[in-house]
Amino acid sequence: MAEIILEAKGVSKHFGGLKAVENVDMEIYRGDIFGIIGPNGAGKTTFFNICSGIYEPTYGEILFKGEPIRNLNPEQIARKGMARTFQNIQLFKNMTVFENVRIGFHIRTKTRMFDAIFKNKTYQSDEEFVNEESMKIIDKVGLSAYKNTMAGNLAYGIQRRVEIARALALNPDILLLDEPAAGMNPIETNNLKEFIIKLNAEGYTIAVIEHDMKFIMSLTNRLLVLNFGEKISEGTPEIVKNDQNVIEAYFGKGKIAGGENS
Amino acid sequence: MISNTFENVKKIYKKHAKIINIVLIILLLIIPRLMPNSYLMGIVCRILMYATLAGSLNIINGYSGQFNIGHAGFFLIGAYTEAILATTYGWSFWPAMIIAGIVTSIVGFLVSLPTLRLRGIYLAIVTLGFSEIIRIIALNWTDVTGGPMGIKGIPSPELFGFRISGPVDYYYIFLIVGILFLFITNRILKSRVGRSWISIREDELAAKSLGVEANRAKSANFMYGAFWAGIVGATYAPYYKFIASDMFTLDEGFNILAMVIIGGQGTLIGPFVGASIATLISEVFRFASQYRMVIYAILIIVMMWWRPQGLVGAYDSILAGDDKSLKKRKKSITQKVGDN
Ligand SMILES: Nc1ncnc2c1ncn2[C@@H]1O[C@H](COP(=O)(O)OP(=O)(O)O)[C@@H](O)[C@H]1O
Ligand SMILES: [Mg+2]
Repeated sequence: MAEIILEAKGVSKHFGGLKAVENVDMEIYRGDIFGIIGPNGAGKTTFFNICSGIYEPTYGEILFKGEPIRNLNPEQIARKGMARTFQNIQLFKNMTVFENVRIGFHIRTKTRMFDAIFKNKTYQSDEEFVNEESMKIIDKVGLSAYKNTMAGNLAYGIQRRVEIARALALNPDILLLDEPAAGMNPIETNNLKEFIIKLNAEGYTIAVIEHDMKFIMSLTNRLLVLNFGEKISEGTPEIVKNDQNVIEAYFGKGKIAGGENS
Repeated sequence: MISNTFENVKKIYKKHAKIINIVLIILLLIIPRLMPNSYLMGIVCRILMYATLAGSLNIINGYSGQFNIGHAGFFLIGAYTEAILATTYGWSFWPAMIIAGIVTSIVGFLVSLPTLRLRGIYLAIVTLGFSEIIRIIALNWTDVTGGPMGIKGIPSPELFGFRISGPVDYYYIFLIVGILFLFITNRILKSRVGRSWISIREDELAAKSLGVEANRAKSANFMYGAFWAGIVGATYAPYYKFIASDMFTLDEGFNILAMVIIGGQGTLIGPFVGASIATLISEVFRFASQYRMVIYAILIIVMMWWRPQGLVGAYDSILAGDDKSLKKRKKSITQKVGDN
């Protein structure tokens, strides 16, 4: 069996009295496209925020490549090989697509003030590397046409792709995508799905939050379902789809309730 | 209208950058020969000095988005360090200036430590407190700083064997410092280091998630800005030959801040424009000098309302934005001001 790349052990996050995430276990294997689903407010984003170091869990531990990371901050975790996107897109809006991606190369370069002032070898090779690789990523994500456009001026769906491009610049071991299809039209959503599958084939492990059932069922090989902060089901799409808990959480008892809207 | 003019100027500049730079430098070099009038050169010197000083504040406020309003404190440390080294210990100007920059930079690091967790108005208050504490120390540590008497008889620097004194000659020292500042800063801003500063200003959480060590970058940014404030302080002391703590009050800090805001944060040229305007205003309104701050205040309010990015403010080059983000920024700036 493949190596477990990201593991949660009894992770909880309480905001005052609110148990946003409660005692969640998770194992993501290298090579997975792992899905996290659940109705709005189920704690999916909070769970990602714990994994990426934005929140420290109230209880529990996160292991990344076997190493405990609950006490690390986001920049340390990024350096260890985890990249992410945000549900409410957090691009550098006043910078071009190219600039956004270039900043993604921060941890893979090492120019310091001294190098920049004297434009020495370190500076030159870093700049060359960053410029070339940025262009490659921009091409790969299909953003060449927008290279010099301000990120804030782009359509929603395209901004999401810029965010993915920027995350790819880290060359991460795992990529966490928080609702990457939100705000996309069906064609864009389908392109995104194919793109994620392509990335996965290149070797990226991907964890993706989504509440569009169809999207996630056809994309992931394993998934986890959260409801009110708790794990109510996990397994292959096939297992999850037929799980009584999931059917109840998503569709109520016999009645179709919210879940996809909101 | 301004942005169009500015855009056009920029376009022309880009086209003929080399020739324009050479002409500009020659012009800058011969200004004192064309205009050997020490009153006028005094104004030019002040503009140059404040341009670099405001530029150093702009590094902090404009590029990494921190909110420092106590820049006068750094200015003071640079000036006193040079003055003390030169008078008490007989150092010559140039090494004293470098040491002044380094000392100020170290203090900048110390100030940045408690401020790393603070933002906006809280950070502003800490820097303001720091500025006052430093001034009060300078006022009371009589053995070292001369206390209320200040430090007199600060020797003039030497350059190529000539003693530099009086605005017509001293101009060259301000010019060298200003050009070095622009040259070095431009290189840093166009590198990974500058990009990380700007990314923190734009979205700190996103920057962190990309592995930018925000706290470290913010400290380095503070140190770099403080370094140049110290250098400018060190050139200021022997220019006036006399310094005292009341030359570095909070008013002076606001004065520098006003230049940055009026000229525009986040561009290299902005503080220069701001320093020119502010210096000319204070010259024109000399007869009403106690109202100078009122005029600044009005100017700042008008700027916030009409052109929040400053006269030649960002939003060109890598920072350019559309009307929407402009409006957003306008909102956030008005909020900041409201918070004050
Ligand atoms: N910083 C926070 N402070 C307080 N409550 C929060 C915070 N972040 C999230 N929550 C709450 O935690 C719950 C889970 O939110 P979230 O993780 O965003 O859900 P999801 O991403 O599944 O829609 C919600 O009730 C939300 O209001
Ligand atoms: Mg969410």
